[in-house]
Amino acid sequence: MFGLPPLTLVIWVPILGGLAVLATGSDRNAPLARWLALVAAALGFLVAIPLYTGFDVSASAMQFEELVPWIYRFNINYHLGVDGISMPFILLNSFTTLLVVIAGWEVIRKKVAQYMAAFLIMSGLINGVFAALDAVLFYVFFEAMLIPMYLVIGVWGGPNRVYAAIKFFLYTLLGSLLMLVAFIYLYFQAGNSFEILDYHKLAIGMNAQILLFAAFFLAFAVKVPMWPVHTWLPDAHVEAPTGGSVVLAAITLKVGAYGFLRFSLPIVPDASHELAWLVIALSLIAVAYIGLVALVQADMKKLIAYSSIAHMGFVTLGFFLFNPLGIEGGLVQMISHGFISGALFLCIGVMYDRLHSRQIKDYGGLVNKMPVFAAFFMLFAMANSGLPATSGFVGEFMVIMSAVKVNFWYAFVAATTLILGAAYTLWMYKRVVFGKITNPLVEEMQDLDKREFLILGMLAVCVLGMGLYPKPFTDVMHASVDNLIAHVGQSKLP
Amino acid sequence: MNYSLAELVPLLPEIFLLAMLSVILIVDSMLKDSQRVLTYVLSLLALAGCTWLTFGGHQSEPVHAFSGMFVDDTLADALKLVLYLAVAFMLVYSRSYLQARGLFRGEFYALTLFATLGMMVMISASHFLTLYLGLELLSLSLYAMVALQRDSAVASEAAMKYFVLGAIASGMLLYGMSMVYGSTGSLMLTDVSVALQEGAGQKVPLVFGLVFIVAGLAFKLGAVPFHMWVPDVYHGAPTAVTLFISSAPKLAAFAFSIRILVQGLEVLHTDWRDMLVLLSVLSMAVGNIAAIAQTNIKRMLAYSTISHMGFLLLGILAGNQNGYAAAMFYSVVYAMMSLGGFGVILLLSRQGFESEELDDLKGLNARSPWAAFLMLLLMFSMAGIPPTVGFYAKLSVLQSVVEVGLVWLAVAAVLFSLIGAFYYLRVVKFMYFDEPLQTAAIEAPGDMRLALSLNGLGILALGILPGPLMSLCLIAVQSSL
Repeated sequence: MFGLPPLTLVIWVPILGGLAVLATGSDRNAPLARWLALVAAALGFLVAIPLYTGFDVSASAMQFEELVPWIYRFNINYHLGVDGISMPFILLNSFTTLLVVIAGWEVIRKKVAQYMAAFLIMSGLINGVFAALDAVLFYVFFEAMLIPMYLVIGVWGGPNRVYAAIKFFLYTLLGSLLMLVAFIYLYFQAGNSFEILDYHKLAIGMNAQILLFAAFFLAFAVKVPMWPVHTWLPDAHVEAPTGGSVVLAAITLKVGAYGFLRFSLPIVPDASHELAWLVIALSLIAVAYIGLVALVQADMKKLIAYSSIAHMGFVTLGFFLFNPLGIEGGLVQMISHGFISGALFLCIGVMYDRLHSRQIKDYGGLVNKMPVFAAFFMLFAMANSGLPATSGFVGEFMVIMSAVKVNFWYAFVAATTLILGAAYTLWMYKRVVFGKITNPLVEEMQDLDKREFLILGMLAVCVLGMGLYPKPFTDVMHASVDNLIAHVGQSKLP
Repeated sequence: MNYSLAELVPLLPEIFLLAMLSVILIVDSMLKDSQRVLTYVLSLLALAGCTWLTFGGHQSEPVHAFSGMFVDDTLADALKLVLYLAVAFMLVYSRSYLQARGLFRGEFYALTLFATLGMMVMISASHFLTLYLGLELLSLSLYAMVALQRDSAVASEAAMKYFVLGAIASGMLLYGMSMVYGSTGSLMLTDVSVALQEGAGQKVPLVFGLVFIVAGLAFKLGAVPFHMWVPDVYHGAPTAVTLFISSAPKLAAFAFSIRILVQGLEVLHTDWRDMLVLLSVLSMAVGNIAAIAQTNIKRMLAYSTISHMGFLLLGILAGNQNGYAAAMFYSVVYAMMSLGGFGVILLLSRQGFESEELDDLKGLNARSPWAAFLMLLLMFSMAGIPPTVGFYAKLSVLQSVVEVGLVWLAVAAVLFSLIGAFYYLRVVKFMYFDEPLQTAAIEAPGDMRLALSLNGLGILALGILPGPLMSLCLIAVQSSL
């Protein structure tokens, strides 16, 4: 578009749009800020579409590459490119940003411009994370996106927002700082290069691989988040405004999982094989144990937060089985979880806007007052429990299939999610939507308005579409995943 | 020895500043209080003139004067240019603060310029005595500036403490220098270096002297365990003076360390490296942990300075040009961040109100979104979060210690900076998440607003394009050492 390279556009259109929104200033200009944000988000999504339409599914190499020297002194480049692993997430992110802007339209009443700008800037930065092929550039985006999220949770969040925001920031920073040291170490090993693709080719001894793996693991496991470093997520989700929860669940968690595929597996394959048991064990704990934890939650947002951790456990499990089906399953699960968790948080937001409570016990009998909403909510709840024909089923099924091949017991534990997931999601659904109306406030609740219908409708189409016909999503991944598997299969010990 | 006037050319900026100082002193004594602005303008003009002279007189090869006691090289020129800028920003920031407190007097400007002159001498020194002279000129001016508010007990106490401890540090430094002199027979840095390479002197007295020198340096930098004066002086001094102490002198202290340790005593690198490792780790630990407990923002920034000096030492102790360049970059960036940070505090102070407590920052976003945004950038930069320039400062020093194989030190440094991130985040929390405690409008003269905006946006702009400044630092180091 306009002769500008597409990846630069997907990063900078939202950021510049965000700055423009910020410039509208105080809440007197709130309508202008909203419309400007909508235009920027829509533009951001439009410029991302050529990435899909122009994508060569048969190629495993990086596409849409851009390379501009940035900091000569350390040989750092503004190097962008996407493959089948990263490209879908840029689309997902741009799409989610659009939803978040619409979702916050009337709900956010104070500091509208700052709210919208934070999400737009964050969207550009997250696109940068997925597109960066230079380690420092990646790190810059990876860290910078914490700043808007920190502000979103802290400014527009709930009563305990300060604790949640600082916890979120410090937890994530802890992991990523060690990753920075790992990058610097690799820089010297690779002969003064911060190119991620150079690191992929580098021969590294076993001890160094283990240490590097540990540094990467800490960075990404916190982000995913994996048990036992997951405790920031429920806090952050509960306190964040709806939009913040949506972006957290739908996108930022995926950054961690993406990091495993871009860094851990290809850079330190031997250590990854060596320590796969650990990751698999932690993933299975997340699936089974966190599933049980979700069961007893009284707060809907917390419940979905724990459910996210359990679902992301599937993703990491799939990655560390080292076969194409597992990794593709993990990727599909990531995208699907992006839709479903985003949708569920939006549903909770819809209820919260009316009743100002997230406690399950405050609801009940919602179907009588909000039948359309109940139908949507039902669809997403079913998808979250992995019902066939929804996107939630595809990824889980692929991962379980691939786990059976490796070890029956992995598959057995992983499959408990089909029971647990259904149990906690549907039980919550039952208590919230069905039954008698006990809370008089529920009597006064209005069904969805057009705006809410629009966003939930779009997500419903995505969830069903991906569940019935996942081929467009898996097609773009094949070549890159096969290439990754081949790469990971080779030892890099010197 | 024959002197020709041409020998004085490398000293032109210093000579010009001294001449301007004399002019300012005379002019100021004839001014009425209402005309004092002239002193301010003249001081800025003096700095502008120095900039022009330094820039114009720049030569790529080092030029010596006074039989080699004074050197004008790229490193000196680059640092001096940053120094003028830092002092000029400091003068702009502090004007309204001084006016509101009756400190807007000629002494402030004269002392500032004397201190600047001292720093210029330190930066350009290539002889132990020149170094010492510059240092004393700087220190004595600073002692007086801390005590500028004569009726303030806190300020007097701070000045006294600063003076006594500073005198001890100077004594240690001199003692160390005398031992080096005894061993090598020279005070000229280059001669000392040559003598050491030829194996002059015994190891024990040399290392003994080195310990005293490093202790003196650590005091001037404010590194743990020689940091005790820093929080008290930062707290006690008028904020405008704190702003000064925390910014420009760090550049001079960097130059001072490089001149002594690298140009003079590089042969003893393995010895001073271990000392600096200790100082650095302790500074990062104590600075970052103690800062958490502070409720006074000036004290908090004082401990933050201590931890930043720990980071700066990382670059020096790496012991190669890459590391020195990283440390130089760090000192420049630090001066810039410190200026901005105290600049915002000055912005919040007004007639009869000192903004000193962290609580004063509460709800700043509601009172002045722009000031809050600038402070946000500064805090994230100090915490080393991209896309601000503070990140690249940390990146380059970490890179230089990993290069020499001290990976554990890099890991320790990042862990301490994680602790540090907490109190910077807390400042952001006060500004953005809390409601304002007071609603008084924030008033500041236009020049201050402009300078502060430039300062804050510079942090962001350099964070997006840090390359040129980094290369400049590397070139300065390479061509001078």
